[in-house]
Amino acid sequence: MKKISQISGKTIPLAMDDVDTDLIIPAQYLTAISKSGYGENLFRRLRETQPEFVFNLEKFSGANILITQHNFGCGSSREHAVWALQEAGILAIIASSFADIFFSNSGKNGLVLIQLPESVIKKMLMFANEDDYYLTINLAEQTISSNKNEQFDFTFDPFRKYCLMNGLDDLDYLLNHQKQIEEYSKRISQ
Amino acid sequence: MNAKNIFEKVWDAHIVQQTTGHPVIFAIDLTLLHEVTSAQAFQTLQERNLPVHSPGKCLATIDHSIPTRKNRHEIFDLAAKKQVELLRKNTQQHGIPFFDFGSQHQGIVHVIGPELGATQPGMTIICGDSHTSTHGAFGALAFGVGTSELTHVLATSCLLLNKPKVMRVHFKGLFQPGVFAKDAIMKLIAEIGIGGATGYVIEYTGAAILAMSMEERMTICNMSIECGARAGLIAPDETTYAYLRGRKFAPQGTNWQKAIEYWQTLPSDPGCHYDAEVEINLEKLSPMVTWGTNPAQAISIDQKLPKLEELDTTEQIAAKKALDYIQLKDGEPIANTPIDWAFIGSCTNGRIEDLRIAAKILHGRKIHPQVTMYVVPGSEAVLTQAQQEGLDKIFIAAGADFRLPGCSMCLGMNDDKVPAGKRCISSTNRNFVGRQGTGSFTHLASPATVAASAIAGKIISAKAYFKV
Repeated sequence: MKKISQISGKTIPLAMDDVDTDLIIPAQYLTAISKSGYGENLFRRLRETQPEFVFNLEKFSGANILITQHNFGCGSSREHAVWALQEAGILAIIASSFADIFFSNSGKNGLVLIQLPESVIKKMLMFANEDDYYLTINLAEQTISSNKNEQFDFTFDPFRKYCLMNGLDDLDYLLNHQKQIEEYSKRISQ
Repeated sequence: MNAKNIFEKVWDAHIVQQTTGHPVIFAIDLTLLHEVTSAQAFQTLQERNLPVHSPGKCLATIDHSIPTRKNRHEIFDLAAKKQVELLRKNTQQHGIPFFDFGSQHQGIVHVIGPELGATQPGMTIICGDSHTSTHGAFGALAFGVGTSELTHVLATSCLLLNKPKVMRVHFKGLFQPGVFAKDAIMKLIAEIGIGGATGYVIEYTGAAILAMSMEERMTICNMSIECGARAGLIAPDETTYAYLRGRKFAPQGTNWQKAIEYWQTLPSDPGCHYDAEVEINLEKLSPMVTWGTNPAQAISIDQKLPKLEELDTTEQIAAKKALDYIQLKDGEPIANTPIDWAFIGSCTNGRIEDLRIAAKILHGRKIHPQVTMYVVPGSEAVLTQAQQEGLDKIFIAAGADFRLPGCSMCLGMNDDKVPAGKRCISSTNRNFVGRQGTGSFTHLASPATVAASAIAGKIISAKAYFKV
């Protein structure tokens, strides 16, 4: 996996709670057998029915940091949701909260998820909606700075941070512990 | 010894390694596979030249993208066809048991696992599907994973996990006639919200749970994810053992007695700790139905839709969007809303008991001429059982379409979709925008409510059919 220490870029605001993975990528686009080809169907239903939907607006093109509200990614466990977001250029998501399965799927793919208090999110959504709002996420320092001279701290799981910054993947970690896994298997089969 | 809850007992028994500052290396006993989320996992194994660690601890079937019509083995959607063929090939190559069309055990993965006795108390179970929580009904720790985590388990039989918190949901009292497990879980979701149990595993307790059949318990655990809980579980008891006894993969002979001895140690100890507790009173519960576009937007059928001005600001925005989409008015009754489609099936309510309840209501009656109704058994075994009991004849005589097993109309990714602009009363688990097909409207309810509404052509409670 690619090493990630800093993410800088334009934000895109999605002022919604409980965005489900069916909305992120509808099930009819899940019949592919590869990990790519999902980006064009990101938020397909909203993009088709709402001309003013943020992912349709020119002013947000090229944005790579999504700002959204509570419980983002709820519902289906489809990892395709993460792949679709990444393929559409999203590198990080800042939200009030995330759903569990989406959270773990993101970590495995190097999509950086940051949780911030609702009051901060509210302000960020406002700025992002008004004009060009740029953020720099520093993973090492666990800080976010903006082009509005703001600075925010965030908490981050230390293990996930270590993996992201060193480009490590969970599978390598598990494969490096094969001895322990085999010992466990022996122990329980007795 | 410390008093432990059932989750902690299962968790502790599956820790392979625990290092400070690292997630736990956690052992998985059973991996369930279907065609939609597994292809990319096998692809990664191939790219990295890795074998499947324990093919005997896996079980695969096809359910999501397959047709449910006659001659379903002919799949016209080429992408879906390829997915199915690939799973066939992958399972064969890796020596994984695969239940194909006509195997007598093909079906929705969460219906066949229990049915085959593969799902057992105290196990850890994963599948690339969020409704894996269903298997918690047996006192197993079962949860949905993405494709990456599925890859990890295929390669190592382990996952990296952080320990979740535990919530106890206590159902107080017993149901009135005509009220079902589906109504109870929908009530919980409406009470605590779609993210109310995020970060938690739920343990369900109470007299009503003890009195429930395994089918009803599966309905409860199935929808744990709809309030954010990755897993929900129920302590095993005599009902659990009676269900499992003699099933294909259940322990046999002397192993059966040994298994029961272990399973009896699993229920939560008196005085154990929970991180959160919720109580739901079932005594006054009436049949539930969703009015909006997420499972928490639900009320009793005899209630009115919430008034927008009475909701707090964030709820109001979501409710307005939902009502605009679903074309209903705030403050109005939900009862008597005309419906076009009715669906009985899915991993939530596609089991034999669900079909029996629907058949009881539909027996000798006709569905409304404006309504199209699909009844889709959850598995080939459910199908056969329904035929043996003559339920298929009841459905067909009533004017419903009795189809072949699969996920069908639950998720709009196979041929079975609710057309745009049409309203469906559905025994499924999600009413998200377009879930059953682009532009379709979904109202979640129990199989009894679906059957009664199909007859009436509008949303009504089935209570009249269950007068004592």
